[in-house]
Amino acid sequence: MGKFNKTGKRGMPELNTSSLPDLIFTMLFFFMIVTTMREVTLKVQFRVPQATELEKLEKKSLVSFIYIGKPLPEFQKKMGAESRIQLNDKFAEVSEVQDYIYQERENMKEEDQPFMTVSMKVDSETKMGIVQDVKQALRQAYALNINYSATQRQ
Amino acid sequence: MAKKKRAVPGINSSSTADIAFMLLIFFLITTSMDTDRGLARRLPPPPEQNQKDDNILKKERNVLQVRLNKDDQLMCGKEYIDIKQLREKAKEFIANPYDDENLPEKHKKNIPLLGDCMVTEQHVISVQNDVGTSYQAYINVQNELVAAYNELRDELGKAKFGKAYNECSEDEQKAIREYYQQKISEAEPKKYGGKK
Repeated sequence: MGKFNKTGKRGMPELNTSSLPDLIFTMLFFFMIVTTMREVTLKVQFRVPQATELEKLEKKSLVSFIYIGKPLPEFQKKMGAESRIQLNDKFAEVSEVQDYIYQERENMKEEDQPFMTVSMKVDSETKMGIVQDVKQALRQAYALNINYSATQRQ
Repeated sequence: MAKKKRAVPGINSSSTADIAFMLLIFFLITTSMDTDRGLARRLPPPPEQNQKDDNILKKERNVLQVRLNKDDQLMCGKEYIDIKQLREKAKEFIANPYDDENLPEKHKKNIPLLGDCMVTEQHVISVQNDVGTSYQAYINVQNELVAAYNELRDELGKAKFGKAYNECSEDEQKAIREYYQQKISEAEPKKYGGKK
């Protein structure tokens, strides 16, 4: 039975880690492809409503965002707990929406301008009053393609 | 002078994994995974200064009034309904399958690929909401209406081309869209009483 004797310590063979960086890089590339850069820091909190008939937003470069929701807790002291509008990185009033749209449109290529889409990310508990005001402002600014952001309902 | 070949010491690459990890974490933090999806809508252009309200010109049978009040109660036509009934109501209204007197009138229209059809071209679904309506309720209504159109389009696609609307070719889709045109008008909100 000499075959099974356990004389002499058998060292654990070292794990070859030379491919570890490659694995991590693959993960990195995966995340770089599926995710998008976050453009703004949110100052309002919102949970978008649920719906079933959704369409995907194509071409991120053509899309401008308008956020409406309650201010985050750290801003509530200053801004109150009512729903507010956020454009780019700051709170805004309804009257500023038009200028924002004009500005966004300026930044686009001329041939892309007719395809501009405005995505409204609105908290599901918001009252329609403020949404309606924003919609009227968008109409005045001729930003007619809009998209009500929503999540898929199961 | 026989030169001995000097071995190049291998670069220690054990830290590349750490570097890659740091990059990975950086991207995880700065990016967001959310795929943006939503209900696509088109707003009507702003009203001209001296333009008359063209809703008045519409016959009553061509208009489906959908109203939402501040308590998110839904009214369709002249009765209170549940959100689940809205889709069927809207489908019946848009298609008017039995040529009902009270539902929108049909006109003959020549559509490429489909030929002469009787379509309810004049129909309008008018959505009216209150200032106090919640956004979720509003989206529910919009969603049901879009769903009604999508179902009708699917049915038509299956009947004429043997496939759902999404699978049809571009021309076929255009023909179907022509048959069932989406006409959802959004009137200005009204304050039906209640606090603002």
